[in-house]
Amino acid sequence: MNYYTMKNSQRINLLDIPTIDFDSLVSQLSITNLRPIAFFGADWGENIKLFVSLADDEKGEILTSSALINKSQKEYNSITAQNPQYHMFEREFYEQFNIKPLNHPWLKPVRKNQDSYEFFEIEGEETHQVAVGPIHAGVIEPGHFRFMCQGEKVYNLEIMLGYQHRGVEDLIIKNPSNQLIESVCADSTAAYSIAYSEVMEALSNTKITNKAKLIRLFALEMERIAIHIGDMGAILGDIAYLMGKETFATTRTLVINTMLEITGSRFIRGLIKFGGVNFDISDKMIKKIIDTLNYVEKTTDKMTYAALNSSTVISRLEKTGYVSKKTAQELNMVGLMARSCALDLDSRFDFKNEFYSNIERKPFNATNDAYSRFKIRYKEIKDSIKIVKFFLDELKKFQNEDLYVEPNQLIANSFALSIVEAWRGELVHTATVDGEGRLSRYKIKDPSFNNWWGLSMALRNNVISDFPLCNKGFDLSYCGFDL
Amino acid sequence: MLIKFLNIILLLITPFLMVGLIRKTKAFWGARKGASIFQPFYDFVKLMKKESVFSSSTTLIFKLSPIISFACVIFAGLFVPMVQGQSIINIQGGIIIFAYVLALSKFISILSAMETASSFEGMGASREACFTTIIEPAFFIVVASIMALSKIYTFDSLNMILYSSNHLGYLIILFAILALLIMLIVEGARVPVDDPSTHLELTMIHEVMILDNCSQELALISYSAWMKMFLISSLIATILLPLGLSLWVSLVSFLGVILFISILIGTIESAIARLRMGHVFEFVFVMSSFALVVASLVALKLYGV
Repeated sequence: MNYYTMKNSQRINLLDIPTIDFDSLVSQLSITNLRPIAFFGADWGENIKLFVSLADDEKGEILTSSALINKSQKEYNSITAQNPQYHMFEREFYEQFNIKPLNHPWLKPVRKNQDSYEFFEIEGEETHQVAVGPIHAGVIEPGHFRFMCQGEKVYNLEIMLGYQHRGVEDLIIKNPSNQLIESVCADSTAAYSIAYSEVMEALSNTKITNKAKLIRLFALEMERIAIHIGDMGAILGDIAYLMGKETFATTRTLVINTMLEITGSRFIRGLIKFGGVNFDISDKMIKKIIDTLNYVEKTTDKMTYAALNSSTVISRLEKTGYVSKKTAQELNMVGLMARSCALDLDSRFDFKNEFYSNIERKPFNATNDAYSRFKIRYKEIKDSIKIVKFFLDELKKFQNEDLYVEPNQLIANSFALSIVEAWRGELVHTATVDGEGRLSRYKIKDPSFNNWWGLSMALRNNVISDFPLCNKGFDLSYCGFDL
Repeated sequence: MLIKFLNIILLLITPFLMVGLIRKTKAFWGARKGASIFQPFYDFVKLMKKESVFSSSTTLIFKLSPIISFACVIFAGLFVPMVQGQSIINIQGGIIIFAYVLALSKFISILSAMETASSFEGMGASREACFTTIIEPAFFIVVASIMALSKIYTFDSLNMILYSSNHLGYLIILFAILALLIMLIVEGARVPVDDPSTHLELTMIHEVMILDNCSQELALISYSAWMKMFLISSLIATILLPLGLSLWVSLVSFLGVILFISILIGTIESAIARLRMGHVFEFVFVMSSFALVVASLVALKLYGV
């Protein structure tokens, strides 16, 4: 098959990407065993150009190909029918460009057309449907969940999202800025901002300093630590284990308050920008961060030990919401959730980030259930604390470097793709630049885009009252999905 | 007369303090300051001042249900012995009135939950009804066994047990109290059966049944739920406290038992997680087995081996 092989965050010329016949591209995608990480169309004058990027996790390479489709073409043979990994991608492509994938198993809107869509149905004695949302009881984010139940047992959960679709991808083209990208999915501010900056830097061939790179990665890991601790507390809160809930909530505050001291924002807003970073970390601050992290680690150890030695906690977590490795693979699940299902994908290591090359990639003994989803957070907090300390140590080597480099102009006819391991998993930002040096297409793929169906599978044959526990274990983003 | 007056005061006021205290205990274990123990009372007053809103799918039953169920609980409270082991109304077979008046209150609240035609409330109603069917016979076995022991079939015979006791008697007390504690947890919708502080309607049992209620109705429903907890605690206190104490000693020791139970419940809630819905049934069945143990011990005591 005809591909252009590229690295993470590498600019390539748009014209270098092979353009192959649409039908042959489709038929080849149906049989390839590489994971799709980007599958999106772009307006191309008379035509629509379909870009496809596949990840080769073994080699750490990205294979990109494309096809030109005439606007008069209205249908094609679905890839999903053979390869379920394309399920959501094809639905999204259909919604955006109205080219219908034939034989797609479940073609319904992704984000738009909230008025009319079908749902799975269940009929029979003692069966009932429970519809939850779109307004959340805790007034967090909107999503509609429909449970098909018999008694307490859930046969299927169907999730409908898109209630806060803001048209982010179009907004970015009009007004590319870090401020905008930071507000797309505010619990992954650092990851989004890094992905955006890396794409822009690749497209403009701007080389930022090592110091700036390290500070960015430091922020990324701190974000991971903070959110994971908060989630561990939330999981325990959902099963009414109050001590864990309160302890983790206070511990998380220590981490985000550290970021507040450095950046002026607890959620790391305003730190990362196209060309570098805004704030330095002084030696005094480094010492303080390390002290805080030591304390955080100690508290997390103690609380996790106490929680996992409580029989009631274990009884709730174990064997709840099982997702098999095979299912995870078929659904193209990524990141934290994939790892909790024994599918070892971690783009920090898979795509050979220079700063992670000296860090040992530790295996995780996954059990695929809610227990696994709790335990992997604990494991990653420990790992990330080590990584942060390592980065802070490295940072001393580059003390004299600048924080910020004036970025160059975007280079005409470019294509770049950046993968960042956000705390949820692989976040992919892809951008193209037209012949006049302007952004022409910006595509975001949040890890939640892959993983929402995993939640649906986790609920099958579980009791409906375990939904909040499974949901918190996945803790997926609504706004990152809705864009 | 003074005792009856005291009982009425206790019946009306202690439920607020009990809930306030449970919440304070939870705050303590969570290293929080927590709200004042009078907060449940302030909430009650706040809700009482609010205007009611009713769903258009509901009828008179929904509007009447909180009042009927509150009246039922207050009425049941008249039969429960408090200070000096005396109740306000003391008649033979009071236990039957007590149990079935409470059952009526539950029946009405289940009806009102069903009437909202909400899928959540139907779910909650079926869960609640399910637990009640297990609890009710167990409660009868416990209380009736103890009464069989004293051969006096009024409610205040419960504390006779201390006077007719040897080692076997203490065992009977222990298991009777454990059974009533489980009943208290289930009826009061506390952890590990239900989580009173959750916002997750899919996991709720009691709270989900009242999702559509607000203002005065909600205030009455919460008040009667707390009062029910207090009534069951009073039964435990009655079993524990000896007869023949002077009025004030009796009052103080009664309140002491209530205080202890509140702190115990708060501590249980802080220390363990909630059970999986399927395991809740097993937990409730534990009450039935304790009840059967009480019954067998009583039989042993009455008729020998």
